[in-house]
Amino acid sequence: MNGESIPETPLSLEALKKGDRHELARMVDLYSEKIYKLALKFTNNPQDAEDVLQETFLKAMRALPEFEGRSSLSTWLYRIAVNEALMLLRKQKPDLALDTAVQEEDSEEGISSNGLILADWCCLPEDELLSEESRRFLDQAIQHLPATLRGVFILRDLEGLSIKETAELLGLTETNVKTRLLRARLFLRQQLSRYFGERLKEWEQK
Amino acid sequence: MSDHLDCQQLLSSISDFVDGELNPELCRQIEQHLNECENCRIVINTLRKTIDLYQHQPGNQGLPLEIRQRLFHRLHLEEFLNHDPG
Repeated sequence: MNGESIPETPLSLEALKKGDRHELARMVDLYSEKIYKLALKFTNNPQDAEDVLQETFLKAMRALPEFEGRSSLSTWLYRIAVNEALMLLRKQKPDLALDTAVQEEDSEEGISSNGLILADWCCLPEDELLSEESRRFLDQAIQHLPATLRGVFILRDLEGLSIKETAELLGLTETNVKTRLLRARLFLRQQLSRYFGERLKEWEQK
Repeated sequence: MSDHLDCQQLLSSISDFVDGELNPELCRQIEQHLNECENCRIVINTLRKTIDLYQHQPGNQGLPLEIRQRLFHRLHLEEFLNHDPG
């Protein structure tokens, strides 16, 4: 999506729509790594991510003849992948309501300064912040985000999409994206503050 | 809007503030508040650090070979497996 891996010869949309297998294979090689990583961020599980990857390309190959090119091919593939990932999460955790909590998540109510953890852990040394264990904690913390917030955070802060692109991909308004992003970031800051706050205490005792 | 921002108002704008998407007047009010409020300074610094840590996660190296193989089989594109994925 960032145009990092431009193929030597650009993909021919015409050939793809006609089902040219050589061109389809090139498309798969061009986007599979990005889609797999995206799926991994959503699911935090290699097997689930692989399922999302396979389903994404199966659906894409079926739908390509009708692809109208209103968005770029990469955006279109991303959208399929995001939907697949969200669908999988919904199936796995139906109780993790994706829609019922939306109203609450789109309002700014509940964004409260009460109960914020105020440990100033920014000064921790890099090797503490970037340790294997910290990495694992960061990955797990994302999984504790409600799915509606997770998608916004992954697309905006991990994938680096703009607010507008994130809104388009998830079918939300830009205002909703911003509110959810605020909530997601504050939620993760709180999680990390709890975790690194403990590290900070240990470190200060050394 | 009053010239004096409280912690709660700052919190509602904090995400736009770290993204640099606020109008200059609101930025000035936030900066003024930050000068006087240590708690909000900590919140904003740890928020920035949180985003920063997530954005600088190490990138992995390519799609694992077995995953590429299974994908090509699933899509019935086996004959192209030997092409260099680039």
